Formats: sequence, C-alpha cells, structure tokens
Amino acid sequence: MKKLINDPNNVVEEMMKGMAAAHHDVLKHVPDTAVLTRVERTAGKVGIVSGGGSGHEPAHAGFVGKGMLDAAVCGPVFTSPGPDQVLEGIKAADSGAGVLLVIKNYSGDVMNFEMAMELAEMETITVDKVIVNDDVAVEDSTYTTGRRGIAGTVFVHKIAGAKAETGASLAEVKASAEKAIRNVRSMGMALSACTIPAAGKPGFEMAENEMEIGMGIHGEPGIERTLLKTADEIAEELLLKILQDGVHKSGDEVAVMINGLGSTPLMELYILNGKVSEILAEKGFTVYKTFVGEYMTAIEMAGCSITLLKLDDELKELLDAPAHTTAFRM
Amino acid sequence: MGLTTEHIQLWLQKTNEKIQENKTYLTELDQAIGDGDHGINMSRGFEEAIKKTADSDYESPGDLLKDWAMTLISKVGGASGPLFGTAILKMSMSVKGKAEVNYAELTTAFEEALAGILQRGHAAENQKTLVDVWSPVVRFLQENTAFDPAAFSNQAKEAMEQTKDMQAEKGRAAYLKERSIGHLDPGSVSSFYLLQSLSEVIEKEGVTL
Repeated sequence: MKKLINDPNNVVEEMMKGMAAAHHDVLKHVPDTAVLTRVERTAGKVGIVSGGGSGHEPAHAGFVGKGMLDAAVCGPVFTSPGPDQVLEGIKAADSGAGVLLVIKNYSGDVMNFEMAMELAEMETITVDKVIVNDDVAVEDSTYTTGRRGIAGTVFVHKIAGAKAETGASLAEVKASAEKAIRNVRSMGMALSACTIPAAGKPGFEMAENEMEIGMGIHGEPGIERTLLKTADEIAEELLLKILQDGVHKSGDEVAVMINGLGSTPLMELYILNGKVSEILAEKGFTVYKTFVGEYMTAIEMAGCSITLLKLDDELKELLDAPAHTTAFRM
Repeated sequence: MGLTTEHIQLWLQKTNEKIQENKTYLTELDQAIGDGDHGINMSRGFEEAIKKTADSDYESPGDLLKDWAMTLISKVGGASGPLFGTAILKMSMSVKGKAEVNYAELTTAFEEALAGILQRGHAAENQKTLVDVWSPVVRFLQENTAFDPAAFSNQAKEAMEQTKDMQAEKGRAAYLKERSIGHLDPGSVSSFYLLQSLSEVIEKEGVTL
C-alpha cells in the first residue's frame, strides 16, 4: 500500500480538518464529532443530513452547503458512523423545522441512522428518512437487503436540498426526495480494486485484462468478472442494464451523471459520456443536463458509474436551483 | 456462585484478545463476501471498550455490560456496531441490579440479546448472519439446566461453521447470492469468539452455573 497518509487510523479525522480548513467559507467541523456542517444557516428550514462511511470523497461532506446538505456525518472508511455521531449531525442540521436523513441502502447505514432517529426523537427533534437504492446491479427483492445506494444519492441530495431551500415542510421535502429516488438508477464497473487504509491491501485481486461489472462503492464484489472491453462497449452495457429496469423510456428528459470512482481520468469519463449521449439520442431521450466528474468515489478505485435521473417540471426546477457546496455548484 | 462483574470483565478481555489476534482473518473473511472492514471495525470497538471499562469501577455485571455495549455501538460502526452493541445492551438490561448472574438469568439474558439482534437486523435464521450462531446457542441454553463450557463452545463453533454452506440473504453478502456459499460469515465468526471466550472464563475461573 502506497498512500499519502500519516496514520491509517486517523485518516478521517485528518481529512475533516483539512477539508474544513480549505473550505472555511462553506463548511466547518463540529468539534469532537465526525460532523461537517454548513457555515451559512437558514432559520426555519428543514435540515438535510447525509453521510456514511468515508472514502467516497467528495461525498458526502463535499455536498454540504447552500442548496444541498446541512450536515454530513463522516464515518470510518467504508463504515457507517455510530448513532451518536449521526445524532450530532441531526443536532447540527436542526433549526426547528425538522430534519431529513438521506440514507444509502446498506444495512449498517440503515441501522445506525435509524438508531440515531430514535435518539433524536427522545430529544424532541422531528426526524424523517429516505433510503436511496439506485444500483440496478443488484436485485431488488423483498427477501434480500434490496438495492444499494450509490452515485444517484448525489441527485437526491440536490433535489432534497433545493426543496428545503424553498421553505417546504419536512413532509414536502421527503416527498420530493422520494420522487427523485423513484426516478434515479445507476450502475457501475471497476478496472481495479481499492485499498482501505487500515486494511493495507486491495479489497480484491483483478488481472490486467479483467474488469468487474456491478461492484459496489466499497469494492465489494460485483455481479460479473469479464475480460476488459472498450469504453463504448462498457457504456452500452451499463446503460442498457439501467434502461432495462424500465423507469426511463424513450421520449423522457433525463439528467446524466458519469461518475469516476477515484482514479479514472476525466478523459476516459468524457469518452464514456460520448457514447452514453449517442445511445440516449438514438433511443429518443432528451438529455437535459450532464454531470461528468467525481461525485461518489471508492477511494482510488479505477472505474465509473452511470446514473440517469428522469425529470419532470418539479425535478428540473429543483435540479437547476442554486447550490453552493465545495463539490457541486449550480 | 454465579457470574460476577469480575467474570464479565474477564469475558470482555478474552473476547478482545481473540478479536485483536484475528483482526486480519476477520477482514479477509469480509473481503470475500463483504466490503472488507469487519476485523478493523471490531478491533477498534473492542479496544475502546477495554479502555472505557478499565477506568471505571462497576457495582454489577449489568453496569459493566452497559458501558461495553455503548462503546461498541458508538465505536464499531457499520452493521456490527448496532448488532453486537444491541446484544450486549439487552444483556445488560436483562441482568440489571443483580450482583451475580445464575444459569437461568444468563439464559434469559441471551434470549433478550437474540431478540435485540433480530429486531435491529430484521433478520431470521438461515440467512447467513450472526443470528445463525446466536439462535442455536440460545436453544442450547434453554435445553440444558447447567453450563457445560466445552459443550457450549462446541455448539457455537458448529453453528459458526454451518454458515459456510449457507447462501446469504441479508447484509452485504446477500448481493453475491450463490457466490456467497463456501465462505464463513464474518459476524458469525466474531460471535463465536465472544461465546467461546465466555465458556473459557467460566471454565478457568471455576464458575459453577
């Protein structure tokens, strides 16, 4: 393992310190917690809290700021923070109108955030939650844990955050966030594994001529290991799997996110987007906006994910609304 | 004589030793079917639990179990924090106010712990989770009237080994479907260390339950 770190056990703490120092105009660190919260606050606004394991930078603290999150809770690398830290996030985000938790669908995140909700209720803070499950790589079944939440979560942050800025109630913000969740689907692929600093070695082995389709953002194994294909073939494979899910149909207006997982250059992401936009046009979709870059990474994993968000008038307006965060500006 | 606060302290210490010794092994098990952090998380949580309990004097097993539980909940994180934390917390509540814990009380405490795990994790048996160790162990306690350390430990070990052939239906490993078969469930292995440690303390300290 070769990493620019001091102590593998202190990476999250040191990251938060550096992040707050770099962006002191937008966010600040709540002392003695794993919480980064926004500097500018609007009284009486529904608070939006997200978070989970670290290692997905710029997610989640990168989306703290006007128009998106009020607080991000930064757990250990790839590990959900404990309920006490999520509670600190809820407290930091609460300005009297209630707090919405945006949770990615992983057992650990769901359990810790739900325990935090119980704790917050004991302190008479009104809290509600939405669970993002955009990853079409894994089966959506009542018998299993359900689909994972991956890069599509960033669109949910944007929509929920914009709705909250309008002065909407907690129920209204939740409804918009849920609409975004119903309309967002993603799928990813990896060219290389990532190394959790404290583990010291890659999460899985992969040969030079191989790729992994549908792996998770924690390097957990995907649905298929195949021989490496071209960018065009990968774009087509991921996109068709998303479209097969049936949420997005010819004639729809969509927002597209081509997300890098940590060590794939923008050049390659743009190559991928070239093919994605071509296929979408062929199939009769209108691409309203495209986001290309790193939004939800997996430490230094090479690879990408593609996300489609189907838009209606409300979602378009909320997507276009101003956002001033360190990793997402509109 | 039943289980005293001192025995619970030894139980925590012994479990911690096993977790620290097997930190890399647990992480490797998790890399096969999960996201590869189980050993790291358990190691961090148990280390903190040792630190937290070393500085305090406890009047009863319940008080010590409570601090142990709260430390796991806040320091382990992931799914293991709430699950192991809830189990120990439920035990703490079950034996609250007692200076010593006898066999019947220990059985009840384990029943409560299992109920807590089931409630928190929304899991059932045969889904390749730690429930597959805790459930048979609770049945074993219910079916007996005295604590046989070797038999208890064997029961836990056997249950842990059986998770290898199961297909995961809960947790991160569920995404692998049939590819999860052939790997031990890391949470079940940690559960085995916890249960094996209890039987070792009972045997070594000559506790008659």
